[in-house]
Amino acid sequence: MAETLQTPLHARHLALKARMVPFAGWDMPVQYAGVIAEHTAVRTGVGVFDVSHMARFSFGGPGARELLEKVFTNNVGTMKDGQVRYGLVCNEKGGILDDVLVYKWPYGYAMIANASNREKILGWLHQHKSPFALEIQDATFSTALLAVQGPKAVDAVAGLFDADVSQLKYYFATPTRYRNTGCIVSRTGYTGEDGFEIGVSSGMAEPLWDDLLARGAVPCGLGARDTLRLEAAMPLYGHELNEATDPLQAGLGWAVKLDDRAFVGREAIQNAASNPFRPVRIGLELDGKRAAREGSQVVGPNGGPIGTVTSGSYVPFLQKSIAMAYVDSTSSQAGTKLTIDARGTAIPATLVPLPFYKRAK
Amino acid sequence: MDQSTLRYAQTHEWAALDGDIVTIGITAFAAEQLGDITYLELPKVGKVLKAGDEFGVVESVKSTSPLYAPVAGEVIEVNNAASDSTDLIKDDPFGKGWIAKIKLAPGATLDHLLSKEQYDIQLASDGH
Repeated sequence: MAETLQTPLHARHLALKARMVPFAGWDMPVQYAGVIAEHTAVRTGVGVFDVSHMARFSFGGPGARELLEKVFTNNVGTMKDGQVRYGLVCNEKGGILDDVLVYKWPYGYAMIANASNREKILGWLHQHKSPFALEIQDATFSTALLAVQGPKAVDAVAGLFDADVSQLKYYFATPTRYRNTGCIVSRTGYTGEDGFEIGVSSGMAEPLWDDLLARGAVPCGLGARDTLRLEAAMPLYGHELNEATDPLQAGLGWAVKLDDRAFVGREAIQNAASNPFRPVRIGLELDGKRAAREGSQVVGPNGGPIGTVTSGSYVPFLQKSIAMAYVDSTSSQAGTKLTIDARGTAIPATLVPLPFYKRAK
Repeated sequence: MDQSTLRYAQTHEWAALDGDIVTIGITAFAAEQLGDITYLELPKVGKVLKAGDEFGVVESVKSTSPLYAPVAGEVIEVNNAASDSTDLIKDDPFGKGWIAKIKLAPGATLDHLLSKEQYDIQLASDGH
């Protein structure tokens, strides 16, 4: 059995007495002070996450754009230097292999994929790279990635980098320098708050972590990462997204650009769109604080099963129990009253529009 | 509450005997493992339980955990305060965070439960 991988910040997590769990092959912090405290810190102040387990690839050479155009559902050719785009990588049946971010630079491209899909996506890229002239590098093990998230994120990073990153627009990134070493800062995140994701070489991870904590960033683990993304209704691979699901039923049509493009899965996605009855992703607000969990059955107004919960939890900012589920599209109108079968108990719930939480502008 | 006088279930419930009334709750270890408790489902007063029966649920952000009756008997009182304010369990799991009181079934005892020493040994051997 392979040993669990450790990020460059592993010693810092242990020193903070984080509760550690194996996740996608990595030994990761689930919580430090507690999920509620960490979640609240991100919604009201600033939190920092070690997300170095995420897969990070870089692409160089003239064929990089063509390869990415072939495998990415969003439009690569229209990206500006420094721009970041979210989209899916799909198989020929239109099923989602992963959701990823693509970065465009003057000299090439980069991609961030889920830790759990690193080998799968790397294999897929290699499988499709011929006849394009390019090099693909896996930068996951030589770098670290830290996410700084919250309304005070801009203050927390002020003066840390040569560039004034407060000037970055949302979903843009810049190479810059941290303590006289090269790094990349992007105005992106997985929490629904303002913030930055910072890529540094492995050796600079601890100094950056220490600098951010000294500036008041609260260490946050995977537990809060999950409740934050759930409140913001962001899908998670393995829950709302998988190879049996296409991007349109997941509500991600905005990340799929079909016109004048040919990418793997395009025809299948277009054909799937013509079936209006397949299950679609919806949001649920439960009565009371009892949580619905992944796999729980959703029961429709007529008492029959109409779908399944894919993520569910009590969420600390909204102070409610919420869930995302896939239900028959004929039962997917906001306001519909349903119940969720939680271990034999029927919890009343209401179908609500997504997202549950949206930050103030 | 003198923890050395309590008896413990392997599933991390504690039991305190007073006459034929057994007060039950979850241990500090269990409360600490749960972290922030978000929901407590209490049994109904009058429910008759066998030892090991599931009688309620405690939830944290990340988990849903059933509660198991440490002894056989009838539920005669439940702690609504702990259900209203789930911090009570985290803050005072052996005191104000009690969960239910059970009238011991005739002939039932606490002998099958662990002593504090045995419970502590179980925790240590589980790596805690």
